[in-house]
Amino acid sequence: MEKFQKLTGIAAPMPLVNIDTDMIIPKVFLKSIQRTGFGKNLFDEMRYNRDGSEVADFVLNKPQYRNAEILVAGDNFGCGSSREHAPRAIADFGIKCVVSTSFADIFFNNCFKNGILPIVLPQEQVDLLMADAEKGENARMTVDLEAQEITTSDGVVIAFDVDAFKKTCLLEGLDDIGKTLQKEASILSYEGKMAQERPWV
Amino acid sequence: MSPKTLYDKIWDAHVAHEAEDGTCLLYIDRHLVHEVTSPQAFEGLRMSGRKVHAPDKTIAVPDHNVPTTLDRAKGIENEESRIQVDALDKNAREFGVHYYPVSDVRQGIVHIVGPEQGWTLPGMTVVCGDSHTATHGAFGALAHGIGTSEVEHVLATQTLIQKKSKNMKVEITGKLNPGVTAKDITLAVIGETGTAGGTGYVIEYCGEAIRDLSMEGRMTVCNMAIEGGARAGLIAPDETTYAYVKGRPHAPKGAQWEAALNWWKTLFTDPDAKFDKVVTLRAEDIQPVVTWGTSPEDVLPITGTVPFPEDFKGGKIEAAKRAIEYMGLTPGQKLTDIEIDTVFIGSCTNGRIEDLRAVADVVKGKKIKDGMRAMIVPGSGLVRAQAEEEGLEEIFKEAGFEWRLAGCSMCLAMNPDQLSEGERCAATSNRNFEGRQGYKGRTHLVSPAMAAAAALTGKLTDIRDLI
Ligand code: SF4
Repeated sequence: MEKFQKLTGIAAPMPLVNIDTDMIIPKVFLKSIQRTGFGKNLFDEMRYNRDGSEVADFVLNKPQYRNAEILVAGDNFGCGSSREHAPRAIADFGIKCVVSTSFADIFFNNCFKNGILPIVLPQEQVDLLMADAEKGENARMTVDLEAQEITTSDGVVIAFDVDAFKKTCLLEGLDDIGKTLQKEASILSYEGKMAQERPWV
Repeated sequence: MSPKTLYDKIWDAHVAHEAEDGTCLLYIDRHLVHEVTSPQAFEGLRMSGRKVHAPDKTIAVPDHNVPTTLDRAKGIENEESRIQVDALDKNAREFGVHYYPVSDVRQGIVHIVGPEQGWTLPGMTVVCGDSHTATHGAFGALAHGIGTSEVEHVLATQTLIQKKSKNMKVEITGKLNPGVTAKDITLAVIGETGTAGGTGYVIEYCGEAIRDLSMEGRMTVCNMAIEGGARAGLIAPDETTYAYVKGRPHAPKGAQWEAALNWWKTLFTDPDAKFDKVVTLRAEDIQPVVTWGTSPEDVLPITGTVPFPEDFKGGKIEAAKRAIEYMGLTPGQKLTDIEIDTVFIGSCTNGRIEDLRAVADVVKGKKIKDGMRAMIVPGSGLVRAQAEEEGLEEIFKEAGFEWRLAGCSMCLAMNPDQLSEGERCAATSNRNFEGRQGYKGRTHLVSPAMAAAAALTGKLTDIRDLI
């Protein structure tokens, strides 16, 4: 997993509430045996017309937001299924941070497993960030995970909370496997011991 | 030292690391892999540049998607199925794990291949991205299913992040009556505890009737521990276990065998060990059973009648109504009056040689009912070969059965072996969920002998009337 430390980038505004996992990535894309490549189908039904052409006024199709790395979204983002395809699609597109007033529980946890920082803020602060994001590509925000601060393009600083353990995992780029591999010495010593005690295994 | 259960002992022997909050890294001795739940796990390894930690403890075999028709060498028609099998092929070779491809005579259902090849041994931890991994508990191995992200975790680290379950004892006292089998035991237990009765527990099955079972029967019992909600089922190893394991390709040999045996003989529950829950059934009370509904807990003796929804309590009333409607039954109807269109014999529950012998015993020299679709799908290529050697194939063919190649087949109907809408099937598999064997298909779970009897008469039948 990639480390998340400090990010300065374009924020795309998506004020819609209740954006669910099927909107993030429709079910038809889940049959793949791959884990990557979902980025092009992120928000597929909102982003493309039936004939495959782009919906011109969908936010991520607008020239100024094509390289967005931050999403400022409406209430209850990521509700629906527990599939990890949704956060993977977001990450695969290149978005590393989502800000909202609230997230669906499972999705929220899945974000951390996929290197995405979800940030929960009160309504007025989300409104302020939404307004900042509306300014387009010149309005770059900075998200500093270490300091737990977002700085708007106008220099306004907003503090946010994050679970200490999850913060460490993101800062160090550790998923569950990464965390376990930190204990590799224990695993290897167990294996060494077993090679003596139960060599037939 | 305080007394321990069998589960406690195996658990303790596999903790590679314990955190302060009790979360453990449990070391995994055998990781079985099939084509459906592994592609994204391997892809994950590739993306993060990781290797399989212990390829020599990882065994891959395609089973869920493979065609079981005799012409399968020509390839898999369904594109998604083909892609999954091809991906397993590629991943198994690239990461260097043990592999039994479709063309290998040893190929079969992963839970049949593991024990058959001697990969599964007493006291081991065994996992697989499939809930019926519980099967391997028959050897006194701690075995359970895992999800795809855990598959990746085990591939990369050979461990699982785990918290310990509680201990439950299921004791079957006394001796089984004729016509009653391991399948009836395991279904009767689920009928008793319900499908959530084992949630949070690891079950140890014990008692005279369990001791009397062959290894294959024990596998049938443990296989369905998951249907009772338990993550794993266990049976303490004994002489029956050792005799089964000895001489298998990957079983220990010579001095290692002696050393292994010494350890295996310590794997039993200490006399005063504490169980959090105990269920006791008398073997004499167990009858040949069938399921009437769409949950494995919807079990009744074959002598019974379809229940009335009002006989149940709470939420189960609605569920029973729905199940009876889905199954196209009438409350009060005798179970032996239910007519069957199809018989499926196979799966990791009942696709082993003894199951096929039991079927042959019933159908020898007889013919299945006119118009009946009856299919026998051996659990592995070796089971198939053995059956042919014993002349069972002839018996099946003469009786009118289709004799298939090994795979999961109609157990979950991921390959073309499916029920059509409304088709009614007596099946030796383990799940009778809505749509499990095909859209709107109807499944009655039974033992192999009962399935064979149904094939002959065209109805659900009490096997005791035929012996
Ligand atoms: S036979 Fe059925 S239950 Fe067993 S592994 Fe295959 S699909 Fe799963």
